[in-house]
Amino acid sequence: MLRVLFFGRFREELGCAELELVLDESSADLDSLQSKLVEEWGDKWSQVLMQNNVIRAVNQAVANENLSLFDGDEIAFFPPVTGG
Amino acid sequence: MAMKLPFFRRLQVASVSQPLNVVVQAEDFDVSVLQAQLLQGKAAEGAVATFTGYVRSSNANRNVHCLELEHYPGMTERSVLAILEECGQRWPVLSAGVMHRVGKLKPGDQIVWVGVSSSHREASFAACEFIMDYLKTRAPFWKKELGPEGDHWVDARKSDNERAERWQQQQ
Repeated sequence: MLRVLFFGRFREELGCAELELVLDESSADLDSLQSKLVEEWGDKWSQVLMQNNVIRAVNQAVANENLSLFDGDEIAFFPPVTGG
Repeated sequence: MAMKLPFFRRLQVASVSQPLNVVVQAEDFDVSVLQAQLLQGKAAEGAVATFTGYVRSSNANRNVHCLELEHYPGMTERSVLAILEECGQRWPVLSAGVMHRVGKLKPGDQIVWVGVSSSHREASFAACEFIMDYLKTRAPFWKKELGPEGDHWVDARKSDNERAERWQQQQ
């Protein structure tokens, strides 16, 4: 299973903080997972995840490039951070 | 040789075992308690620089009644600790700490505290500023402002990114 988390504005716009997906060929890497959510989950998902400022993290580290995903991985999608 | 050795050894110890402390909590904090924890009774080491951030009553011409701070539990602590570790590699830091609040806050509430102990003010000031600049651009926190005109997720500021990039050029 993959654990997928959404934060901040994304969480609110999607109405989803967390979901679990079975790891398969369509989610074997980060780009594929994002495309799957954009293409198969409806307009709301494509609007949020197609923005050009989407930050992606795998196992709590920001991923600047595509990464292979493995069973048990925790993936997160979130907008630019605004703490401090 | 006998005179030099203890000094040399202490520098080594400072560079590999700086106490670094990261706390994320909803509760308010006491800056004097945090500073005492940072020093651990070693005020004779030289210098401490601290920064305390407060919630604004208005931001970008919007009135703010209240602020909601969301974070990514686990990744937040990891990423702030990574910032402190990088800071410890750049400056002769003796200890460093970050306290960041989450949840619902009001204008005037304390939101963030950064403290750096070092032997000299130059390193303390620079390290403190570095931590704040990186915290604003790398740590997974998100602010939502609640005001008379409705709710509003705060946008990341270009000027914050530029401040953080400055440190990369100075590397």
